[in-house]
Amino acid sequence: MKWFRDNLFSSWPSAIATIAILWLAWKLAPPFVDWALIDAVWRSPDPRACRQPGGGGACWAFIAEKHRFILFGTYPFEQHWRPALATAILIFLWIFSSMRKFWNWWLAAVWGSGLALIATLMWGGAFGLAYVENERWGGLILTLLLASFGVAFAFPLSILLALGRRSEMPLLRTACIAYIELIRGVPLISVLFMASVMLPLFLPAGVSIDKLLRAQLALILFAAAYLAEAVRGGLQAIPRHQEETADALGLSWWGKTRLVILPQALRISIPPLVNTFIGFFKDTSLVLIIGLFDLLSTIKVSLQDPAWSGFGVEAYLFVSAVYFAFCFAMSAYSRRLERSPAHAGAPRPLVDS
Amino acid sequence: MTARARQLLVQAALAAALALAAWYFVSNTAANLEARRIASGFAFLWREAGFEIGETAGLAYSAADSYLRALAIGLANTFRIALIGIVFATALGALLGLARLSPNWLLAKLAGAYVEVIRNVPLLVQLFFWYALISENLPGPAEALNPLPGVFLSNRGIFFPLPGDSPVLSGFNFAGGATLSPEFAALLVGLVTYTAAFIGEIVRAGILSVDRGQIEAAYSLGLARRAAMRFVVLPQALRLIVPPMTSQYLNLTKNSSLAVAIGYPDLVSIANTTMNQTGQAIEGIAIIMGVYLTISLSISAFMNWYNRRVALRGMLR
Repeated sequence: MKWFRDNLFSSWPSAIATIAILWLAWKLAPPFVDWALIDAVWRSPDPRACRQPGGGGACWAFIAEKHRFILFGTYPFEQHWRPALATAILIFLWIFSSMRKFWNWWLAAVWGSGLALIATLMWGGAFGLAYVENERWGGLILTLLLASFGVAFAFPLSILLALGRRSEMPLLRTACIAYIELIRGVPLISVLFMASVMLPLFLPAGVSIDKLLRAQLALILFAAAYLAEAVRGGLQAIPRHQEETADALGLSWWGKTRLVILPQALRISIPPLVNTFIGFFKDTSLVLIIGLFDLLSTIKVSLQDPAWSGFGVEAYLFVSAVYFAFCFAMSAYSRRLERSPAHAGAPRPLVDS
Repeated sequence: MTARARQLLVQAALAAALALAAWYFVSNTAANLEARRIASGFAFLWREAGFEIGETAGLAYSAADSYLRALAIGLANTFRIALIGIVFATALGALLGLARLSPNWLLAKLAGAYVEVIRNVPLLVQLFFWYALISENLPGPAEALNPLPGVFLSNRGIFFPLPGDSPVLSGFNFAGGATLSPEFAALLVGLVTYTAAFIGEIVRAGILSVDRGQIEAAYSLGLARRAAMRFVVLPQALRLIVPPMTSQYLNLTKNSSLAVAIGYPDLVSIANTTMNQTGQAIEGIAIIMGVYLTISLSISAFMNWYNRRVALRGMLR
């Protein structure tokens, strides 16, 4: 009783807010539950089941009917186990990298072999797997691949950019600052347009890179600028005496950076890096605009089937739920890291020697 | 070799590599353009555009006008959505930030859940959702929803009255009053609800950063909660809130370029049409990037000036 008085009715405005919220919930929740659950059509191969007069429920049958296409795009139907397995490997790689005890230089090797395995699975053409050209890749795996390969290449690049931005060499510093600020000053869509229409003009006649790789390249270049700012934050947090001590030990610039500065700076910048990555993961959905078949595109294409058109609200709620599951897991993880005592305390070196 | 000589060498190598890359790309591009018979330069801007634009932000435009005028209309549309979006996002964001700190448990949790859901779903998905909700699920003009007197919601857009001029159903659509097209309405709702979630977190962090002792001192002076907020907490919190808020305003402006996906004729969308018609991709992208860079740099410059001004008032933090 006391809890209710303290937290819901502590003052007149608070009491009014509580009553207003409860009233709204009373008015809105039942029709929503009716629409989403009770009157909904869950499974039906026939879209007419969703269009019966008087049936005002959600049409989840649309998702059920189209789920293979939504998840795997135009990948050959009988080969769907390959993108499914690749998805599982990718998710495993992410979970593996989230564990503190695996944070060392070996992680790079694990990622290298993991991504190579995934590339073999998806492309095939070896070990008895039929070759599947990447024009046919699509759905959830494409979203995950763009994000994973994107960050795997953008992260090393961002470290170089962040180091360059703090370099004593004026030309190098200016080049890095110009790059970072240029990319951060323009919308992602303009970088994607650049990759899709301008890049082919940059290459000599006869040389061409396919659309997926061009988009991937644009995403890498874009993500690197944002990740570089997160890394820079970590670099700035390293006390000056660390660098001076390393100098006094006679370490070279590379030795100092690799053994003293980066291990500490990267640890500090992990939460902002994860947050930047969440933004990047969401941003991969923009490849739809240049015509790639990521998760959002496959559902949009499914909606163009005249038999099933008009179920946009259901479709986008479903995609939202999928994106939410991934992003919420990552942001919960990032929050836990920020709170963890090991993070708040003095950073431990990555290499014991 | 001395450290200084090595630095010079590294920079010379960098300069050479950049120059080489630039030369390689420029010469390839020149050869490609010649092979495809695409003229370079901005002369196309004065040619006739030949396409209609759905919304012109109150400016005169017809298909007979030049590409330059079409792009200017696009820019005006970008400013229109960005300015209106920033005003509403700031208001909603401030309310959200305050709600998350409210002593009312229900209100605080509700605002927290809102922020969590909105921030973890891509903006593009949310835009498609709002667009589908408006264009597929709202009734036609004849059965338009009428939540407030004079305000009508229909799949043709949102109609609301201006002083002395109310929308009236005539034929198949409304006439009179002010209209928001479905595209504009979806983009506005999407941008505002999305950006407000981020602004809410900034406002919350800003208020939380104010020392607890300041609030207690205000209370002990006999100030009520509202007055303590207004005179003690907010002036101090604002100093921390303004810089990240600027980057949210910039984000909103850059995100308005997603208009191209739902068909609101912003700068990017018009430039895209222009590039498709003329094939002058390099110029089109240069225009988009140039405009956004100018906006970004001017807003940062303004904010640096504002920050210095606020800091000069000389309050201890």
